Amino acid sequence: MVSVKRVVLDVLKPHQPSALEFSKTIAAVGDDYEVHLTVLTMDEATETTQIVIESTAIDFKLVQDCINAMGGSLHSIDEVIVHNKPSDD
Amino acid sequence: MWLVNKANSLLRLTNSQGIARRYFVVNGFDGALTMLGLIIGFTLSTETELSVVINACLGAAIALGMSGVSSAYISESAERKHALGKLELAMVSDLQDSVHGKAARWVPCVIALINGLAPLIISLLIIMPLWLSNSGIQLPLSPLYVAAIVALTLVFLLGVFLGRVADISWLRSGVQTLLMAIMTVALIYLLVDG
Repeated sequence: MVSVKRVVLDVLKPHQPSALEFSKTIAAVGDDYEVHLTVLTMDEATETTQIVIESTAIDFKLVQDCINAMGGSLHSIDEVIVHNKPSDD
Repeated sequence: MWLVNKANSLLRLTNSQGIARRYFVVNGFDGALTMLGLIIGFTLSTETELSVVINACLGAAIALGMSGVSSAYISESAERKHALGKLELAMVSDLQDSVHGKAARWVPCVIALINGLAPLIISLLIIMPLWLSNSGIQLPLSPLYVAAIVALTLVFLLGVFLGRVADISWLRSGVQTLLMAIMTVALIYLLVDG
């Protein structure tokens, strides 16, 4: 089964929700999601952030919906780690 | 509780907690002083039936509540739409389905409710002694005086609340607002009685 283990995203977000609330909401998408958010640049109304998500299996569609729901905009996927684990049978 | 948390998070998202607090105090103060003015006016008039006083005060309270709801909704709605438009421009994307879009639709309703309920609830508390007396409950003083004392107490408490918000002496802030109410009473006595 192919599963996404790690993604590095370039996301533009408004100042609110704050970086803390933003990453907590993304982390709540999956049970074992680990989120690292770094604010790269900031202007009057927006922040450019780099978001690193790690998990045993990332549901990318849910993550993207979550980012959009908070008013963020996914600019690019900068790095991906995908693992193909052979099925047991 | 869920509704309160939701309203709180929307107010936080749009940095509107300060606005909501301001509306609560400003319109709450309006409600208290209007009722105080009406009651003092009635104490200076020829004796009026209590039901007439209650109806006059209730009419004013409802009008204050409706005025608070409609004025705040119209102005906040325009402000939120403007803010959302600016944010959409900065984000170069449509935010209608995001929390910001939801906030632009709900925050005016929350603020309108606060702005309308503050004077209505405060007015109803002030009218309470009149109701109690009208329904046969014995009060230690004339119901109009008890209502005036309730109004002065609520004005003092609004001042205390402001003092806590500003992190200054609550007593000083409470006494300041109380003095304004006492000045209002004095003015009514001077102008109406004179």
